Amino acid sequence: MKPLPERLERLVRTLESLDRSDRIEMLIEMAGQFKPVPSRIAQRPFAVEHRVPGCESEAYVWTEAGPEEGLTYYFAVENPQGISAMALAAILADSLSGAPSNEVATVPADIVYRIFGRELSMGKSLGLMGMVNMVREAARRHTQATATENRE
Amino acid sequence: MTKNIDERGYTKADVLVSTDWVEKHLKDPMVRIAESNEDPLLYSSNHIPGAVEIDWTRDLNDPIRRDYLGRSAFDKLMRRIGATRDTTIVLYGDKNNWWATYAFWLLQLFGHTNARIMDGGRLKWIKENRPVTRDVPKYQSSNYQAPERDDSHHRAFRDQTMKHLERKLPMIDVRSPEEFRGERLHMPEYPNEGALRGGHIPGALNIPWARAVNLEDGTFKDAAELRKIYTEENKLRPDDDVIAYCRIGERSSHTWFVLLYLLGFSKVRNYDGSWTEWGNLVNVPVENPSAEARDEAAA
Repeated sequence: MKPLPERLERLVRTLESLDRSDRIEMLIEMAGQFKPVPSRIAQRPFAVEHRVPGCESEAYVWTEAGPEEGLTYYFAVENPQGISAMALAAILADSLSGAPSNEVATVPADIVYRIFGRELSMGKSLGLMGMVNMVREAARRHTQATATENRE
Repeated sequence: MTKNIDERGYTKADVLVSTDWVEKHLKDPMVRIAESNEDPLLYSSNHIPGAVEIDWTRDLNDPIRRDYLGRSAFDKLMRRIGATRDTTIVLYGDKNNWWATYAFWLLQLFGHTNARIMDGGRLKWIKENRPVTRDVPKYQSSNYQAPERDDSHHRAFRDQTMKHLERKLPMIDVRSPEEFRGERLHMPEYPNEGALRGGHIPGALNIPWARAVNLEDGTFKDAAELRKIYTEENKLRPDDDVIAYCRIGERSSHTWFVLLYLLGFSKVRNYDGSWTEWGNLVNVPVENPSAEARDEAAA
C-alpha cells in the first residue's frame, strides 16, 4: 500500500486514535472550518463537470495549479445539511493542497472509512468516496500533464 | 404556501405531524421524538431538544446478515429510548425525511403503528429557527416487548419481486432517471451503485422519490399533486398491488409511505433488496436502455 501524503496520514491517525464520540466532535469541528470555493475560482451555477457523481450533498471539486508543486483543491457543498461532505472537503483541501500530485493520485477512495469509521451507509460512503475519486483523478491528470511538459 | 396537513386531502393525514405540533409536545412523556439521518454527523451537530437518535447502520441493521434487527434487538433499542408500545414515535431527519420514513417502515414490521413523520423534517425545523440542542437526552429504560417481526405486509423479497414481474404487476423504481437508464454514475474503475449490472427491473415505472416533496421546505406535496404524479401521469390505481424499490430500499420506503398513507393505496411493499440485490443476481431479466443504445450505435 502506498503511503498517504504526510498531512493526511497524520490527520487520519489522529482520527483513528479517538473514540466514536470524540471522532464525531472533531469531524463536526472540521466541517465548521470548511471554506466554500472562492468566487474567483467558480460561481453559481456551477458547471456539471465539477459535480461529484453520486454525492447526495451536491459536492463540487475544482483545482488550481500554482507556482509550487501540487494542486490547490477547492470544494462546494450545496446541501446545507451535508455536514459530512463539508468535513471531508475541509480535510481534503487542507491536507492535500500542495501535496505532490503523484501521491494524491494514489490516495485510496476507501480512506473515507478511516476518517468516518466503518458505520457509513452505502449511499453515504459512495458519495464521499466520489469526492476522493474526483480529487485523485484531477491529481492523476496533473501528474500526466507535468510529465509531458518535462519530456518536451 | 404549503397548506396545513389536514387540508391536503391525504387518506391518513394523522400519520404526519407538523413542526408546530412537535414543538408543543417536546415534553410530552407519551411522545418520543427520534432523528434518523443519512448524514452520520448531523444529530451530534444539533437536534430537536429531547430527540433521540436512531442510526440506520448501528441501530436498525443486523450486523452480520443483510437484514434488519430481530425482535430482541428491537426491544433493546426501544427500551433504550424509553418507549413503550403506547408511545407515539415521531420520526424526522435529513434529505426530506428519506431515512425517517425508512425507520418508520421498519417500525411497521414490528407492528409499532403508533408512529408519525414530522412533515418537512430537519430542513423545515431549522429553517423555522426552532430550538435545537447538542444535549443527548437519557430516558428511563422501558419494558418494551415487540411481537415477532412480520415482513409479509410491507416488505417484498426477490422471489416475490420476480413473481410480481412475471405477473406484470406494477413496480416503481424510485431512483434517478440516470440510475434507471443504467448510465454509469461513478468513476469507470469503480462499481456502479454497488451492483455489477446497471439498469432496472423490466416494466418498472421510473418515478423518482423526491417528486413527492416540496423541495423548498421538505414537506409532502398535497394529495391532488401526488395523484397527478402517481395515478394520472403513471396510471397507478389505489387498488393496485405495488412494489417499490431503489438501491437498498431507503428511497423506496419514502414512496411506500406516500402511496400507502397519503394516497391510501391498499397494497404497497418495499423491495429493500433493491438494485444492489437485483443488479447482482445471476440470470435475471434486466432492462438497460443506456447499454442497448450503445449497442445499437456500435452495430
